[in-house]
Amino acid sequence: MHRHLLSAADLSLEDTLLILDTAEEMSRVADAPVRKLPTLRGRTVVNLFFEDSTRTRISFEAAAKRLSADVINFSAKGSSVSKGESLKDTALTLEAMGADAVVIRHSASGAPHRLANAGWLRGSVLNAGDGTHEHPTQALLDAFTMRRHLRAGKGDLSGIQVAIVGDVLHSRVARSNVILLATLGAQVTLVAPATLLPVGVESWPCSVSYDLDSVIAKVDVVMALRVQLERMNAAFFPSAREYSRRFGLDSTRLARLPDGAIVMHPGPMNRGLEISAEAADGLRSVIVEQVANGVSVRMAVLYLLLGGAQLAEHGQKALVEA
Amino acid sequence: MSGYLLRGVSLLGNEQVDLHLDNGVIAEVSEPNTKLRITGAKTIQGDGLIALPGLVDLHTHLREPGREDAETIESGTRAAALGGYTAVHAMANTDPVADTAGVVEQVWRLGKEAGFCDVYPIGAVTIGLGGERLAELGAMADSHARVRVFSDDGKCVSDPILMRRALEYVKSFGGVIAQHAQEPRLTEGAQMNEGEVSATLGLKGWPAVAEEAIIARDVLLTEHVGSKLHICHVSTAGSVEILRWAKSRGINVTAEVTPHHLLLTDELARGYDPIYKVNPPLRTAKDVQALRQALAEGVIDAVATDHAPHPIEDKDCEWQAAAFGMLGLQSALSVVQQTMVDTGLLTWAQVAERMSSKPARIGQIANHGRPLSAGEPANITLYDPTALTLISETNIVSKSRNSPYLGMSLPGQVIATFLRGMPTVLNGSSIR
Repeated sequence: MHRHLLSAADLSLEDTLLILDTAEEMSRVADAPVRKLPTLRGRTVVNLFFEDSTRTRISFEAAAKRLSADVINFSAKGSSVSKGESLKDTALTLEAMGADAVVIRHSASGAPHRLANAGWLRGSVLNAGDGTHEHPTQALLDAFTMRRHLRAGKGDLSGIQVAIVGDVLHSRVARSNVILLATLGAQVTLVAPATLLPVGVESWPCSVSYDLDSVIAKVDVVMALRVQLERMNAAFFPSAREYSRRFGLDSTRLARLPDGAIVMHPGPMNRGLEISAEAADGLRSVIVEQVANGVSVRMAVLYLLLGGAQLAEHGQKALVEA
Repeated sequence: MSGYLLRGVSLLGNEQVDLHLDNGVIAEVSEPNTKLRITGAKTIQGDGLIALPGLVDLHTHLREPGREDAETIESGTRAAALGGYTAVHAMANTDPVADTAGVVEQVWRLGKEAGFCDVYPIGAVTIGLGGERLAELGAMADSHARVRVFSDDGKCVSDPILMRRALEYVKSFGGVIAQHAQEPRLTEGAQMNEGEVSATLGLKGWPAVAEEAIIARDVLLTEHVGSKLHICHVSTAGSVEILRWAKSRGINVTAEVTPHHLLLTDELARGYDPIYKVNPPLRTAKDVQALRQALAEGVIDAVATDHAPHPIEDKDCEWQAAAFGMLGLQSALSVVQQTMVDTGLLTWAQVAERMSSKPARIGQIANHGRPLSAGEPANITLYDPTALTLISETNIVSKSRNSPYLGMSLPGQVIATFLRGMPTVLNGSSIR
């Protein structure tokens, strides 16, 4: 494993399987009478959120706390520029406070890369979503959820068919999922109007379709992405109704899914736009479970990034100092 | 006798000669090493050095007035001299904007006082680069600065009727409009070249078509009104094709390419280091090849640096928050050697044409870009093509440090630069 988790591309197949298997172990902690492991006692995890995202922050916070880490929530609303303090100065502050890991959510693509590589701080950096770039722990929790439901829970995702539907252009979830699912051997099809696919998508390890109906009957997983209504005003699509008709996961399409197929959404949902209530709340939906699995997966990532050799080293240092 | 005797230099990379510089001109060109010394003249051993006419930059951001924290006319022209330049054209996007006779005369005067090279101000096309009303182009043309090149560089003159009027208006004093070709609606919030790399990085794309559409429109406007157009920093293979077509039709258009667009590609953005953030953005390897070919064939007339200094804080941040632009003056000739000469695409005589005589002609400055013969102004650069220079912060004399070549080894080194017979650079170091 790398010291940081900035992109799903940082993870080899072995790394990915190790994280997913570790996450299974971690999920048992949630069921234990005492939901806490002493693993990261004395280590400091900073949640550095430049964008509002209560669910992701809470998920990381719960994960770190269940591993007994000290958690500092640093909510810097708005961009570093509008706030007046630069990302660099924020990083130097965190370094001075002795952050072992920084979980960062930022509106600028690549902000976690700068935090990790500009020489501002020494701790591990975890990308919790950067601009329209990536959200690797979301892809991990999605893969974790797929493993639990598909192939009789045996854990092998190679060859499964996944459709990711919606605003791929602006989606960090889609980018991380395409990369991670390709690593795991799954077959991904992106489904969107051409306006919401990036120029250059041809080079991605997936296929592309403009027609959800031609794809839906063959998939093991359909994942709807959040569509922001303001995209309509920028002419990405003509109207909410037209989008919903062509790309929405409605009851007709839900009925055409093969047996055993699951419905996913990274949230928050626009019910009635990209996903109908029947699809979101139906038996195939694993959307609520995705949230629960997020904690286990983030525990696994924190444990693996901060644990192991580093932890041993830290412990020895602590002994010497004592 | 006095002045300087440059012994055994290779004239434009060809035959060896002695050059005697005196009273601001080349007094004599003679057989190599025939005169052992000239009484009163300082001798410079020039064996192995190439003598080029002093370089002329059509596109320099000197940042003064307004952003003296990034660069001053003094520090910028010092960097220019070390890069082998004897003349630079200072872009208009200062603060205040160079859109009046007063500002262009100030820049012109500060350039004279600095003394490292001649500074020719470029005037803004529109008031405050606002793209709405024409600046007083005639007043700038008639000023002491004698402005002939007008540009809103940094911004495109995107309104087609305003561009048409500007092209027409400058005809009365033989001016040229230098267009920063960037369709603004197609590039709102754009961060880097639109393509495979931007798709992966999730950075908003700056599509090639946004440059090409403006060039296509403007060469047609130029033909229609019978004026003169110059295209700044051409960056795409498609732009090259449009320029080739326009020139074949006899349209009066010239074009420049920057050193960085001849060497670097958008792959460098992968680490999100804003040192590689520039406008127009670094493009693909295919574009780089097309630009080199176009410069070799003369479809692109000149190399211009687009030297764009920025203080550290504007680059030591996330990509999206960073400023566009990179340094270029000190490294331009080395980059051209690596990309054009060492690859066999250009001879040194052709380099002299593209970095000195053609830019001087486009900028309409009389005493630069002249042949190296007796009686001509002694604006000369001596260059050692065998040197290998490791680019580090210590050898940057610009007030800013945003060079994309830091840590790279580039071929060649400017050993001496003479402005009207007086050295501004000797032994690779600036005088004063």
